[in-house]
Amino acid sequence: MRQRNWRTEGFGRGITLFCAAILILITLSIVYFIASKGLSTFFLNGVSLTEFLTGTTWNPDADPGKFGALPFIMGSFLVTVGAALLAAPLGIGAAIFMVEIQPGWGQKILQPVVELLVGIPSVVYGFVGLSVIVPFLRNNVGGLGFSLLAGILVLTVMILPTVTSLSTDAIRRVPRDLKEASLALGATRWQTIWKIIILRSSLPGLLMAIIMGMARAFGEALAVQMVIGNTPLVPKSLLEPANTLTSAITLNMGNTIAGSAYNNALWSMGLLLLLMTFVFILLIRYVGRKGQM
Amino acid sequence: MDSLQKNGLITEELNVYYGTNHAVKDINLTFPKHTVSALIGPSGCGKSTYLRSLNRMNDLVEGTRVTGKIWFEGHDINDQGEDLQQLRRRIGMVWQKPNPFFKSVYENVAFAPRYHGMKNLDEIVESCLRKAALWDEVKDRLKDSALALSGGQQQRLCIARTLALGPSVLLLDEPTSALDPISTAKIEELMFDLKKDYTIIMVTHNMQQAARISDQTAFFLLGELIEVDQTKRLFTNPKQKKTEDYITGRFG
Repeated sequence: MRQRNWRTEGFGRGITLFCAAILILITLSIVYFIASKGLSTFFLNGVSLTEFLTGTTWNPDADPGKFGALPFIMGSFLVTVGAALLAAPLGIGAAIFMVEIQPGWGQKILQPVVELLVGIPSVVYGFVGLSVIVPFLRNNVGGLGFSLLAGILVLTVMILPTVTSLSTDAIRRVPRDLKEASLALGATRWQTIWKIIILRSSLPGLLMAIIMGMARAFGEALAVQMVIGNTPLVPKSLLEPANTLTSAITLNMGNTIAGSAYNNALWSMGLLLLLMTFVFILLIRYVGRKGQM
Repeated sequence: MDSLQKNGLITEELNVYYGTNHAVKDINLTFPKHTVSALIGPSGCGKSTYLRSLNRMNDLVEGTRVTGKIWFEGHDINDQGEDLQQLRRRIGMVWQKPNPFFKSVYENVAFAPRYHGMKNLDEIVESCLRKAALWDEVKDRLKDSALALSGGQQQRLCIARTLALGPSVLLLDEPTSALDPISTAKIEELMFDLKKDYTIIMVTHNMQQAARISDQTAFFLLGELIEVDQTKRLFTNPKQKKTEDYITGRFG
C-alpha cells in the first residue's frame, strides 16, 4: 500500500515536473535564440550600438547600411504612453462606476462589453481603425490620416478592457470595512472613493492595471501597423505617420535574407522588445510587492 | 422633551427588514447620556443590525428598510432628509476587526477632520490619541504606517479616529472580539474613561464583558428585544426565562 502511494505520488510529481521543465526550456531557448541573433548585429555585422539606439536614419540596404532604429523605438514608446494616458482614466472611471456607483446594472452591462472587447481579434481592430479612424482624421483633423494619433486611438480601445477589468479587480479587493469606516466618519461617497479607494488601498492594483495595458500596447503589432503609416521617421506631431518596433519587424521580416545585417537588425529590435517586457515584468513585481505592504 | 435632554439616544418601534427578512422587530430602547449600554444575544439575533441602523449604516446595504423613529439631539434621525455626513460626525462607530486606513497613524486620526475643514490638526490628533490611551505608545511613530501597530493599538487608533470628529455617541460592534486579553482589558478600561464624555452603545458576545463594563444591558433574541435592565439586575435577577437560559449558558 505504501509502495503504491509512493508510486502514484512519484508519477504525478514526474508529470508536473516535466511540464514545468518544458516551459522553462522553451522560454530559455527563445531568449537565447533572440539574444544570439539580436546581438550578432553588433558583434558580427559591426553595427554600433549607439547608432542603433540613437540614430534616426534607417536604410539597411544602402552601402554602408544605416541602422538608426530610434524612429521605431520612439514610435513604440509614444503609442504606448499615449494609449496608456487615454485608457487609464477611461478604464479606471468605468471600473469605479461598475464597482462603486452602479454595481447592479452597471456591472450587468459593462462586464459583457469588456469581455467582448477582449475577444475581438487585433486584425479587426486594425481594420476598423483603417476604415473609420484613418479617414476620419484625414477629413476632419488633417494630415494623411495614417498617423501616430490613429495608432494611439486604436491601441487605446485595445487595452481598455485590460485596464478596466484589472482596475475592477483592484477596486473590488478594497476591504468593505475600510469603505464603511470612511463613510461612518461622515465622508461622502465621492470622498471615500477618492481618498480611500483610489489614492490608498487600490493604488498598486491600479498601477498594475495600467502597466499591464502598456505591456499589451507595446507588443501589439498588427492593428498598429495597419493605421500608423509605417514611415521610419521620428514623428514631429501626433498627425504625422510613424512606425513601431513591432510593425517594422512584421513588415520587413519576409523581405530579408536570414543572416544578413538587415535581418539581424530586426532581431535586435525583437531583443529590445524582449528587454522591455522584462522591464514591464519587473515593474509589475515591484508594484505588486508594494501592494502587499 | 425632558427625557430627550437626559438621554443620548432613543429608538421607538425600530424595525429593520432585509428584503423580506424581518431582522429587527419593534425595538424600544433608551440610552441615557454618559452610560455604557451592552447589547447581548446569540449570533444572528439582530443586535449588530440594530446597532448599524443607529448611524444609518444600513442605508448602504441594498434592499434594507428601516422603519420607526430614532430620537437624537432633538429630532428623528431616521428621516429621509437627514444629513448623513453631519449625523455620522455626531455618532461614531468602531468595528469588530480593527480597520485603520492604509495611512500613517497621524493621517488616520486627521482623516476626517481634514475634509470637514477643521483646523489645528496637530492638537486634535494629540488629544484624540490621548483620549484613546494610545498617545504614549505612538507619539514617536506618528508618521509610521498604522498597519505596523498591534491589533489592540489599531483598535484604539480606530477609536481615536472616531473621536476626532467630536461625536456624542459611540457605537461599538464587538470591539474586542478580535483582540487578545491584555488589549481587551485596555479597551474596557478606556470605556470607563470615555463614558464620562460619551454615550456608549456596544454589541458584545462576551457576557462577562457586558457584566464588567456596562451600566445597562439589553438581551436580543431572533430580532426581538427580550429584556432590558440595569446590568447588575439583569445578570443577577433576570425577569424573563429566556434571558436566564441565555446568561446561564443553556443556549447560544
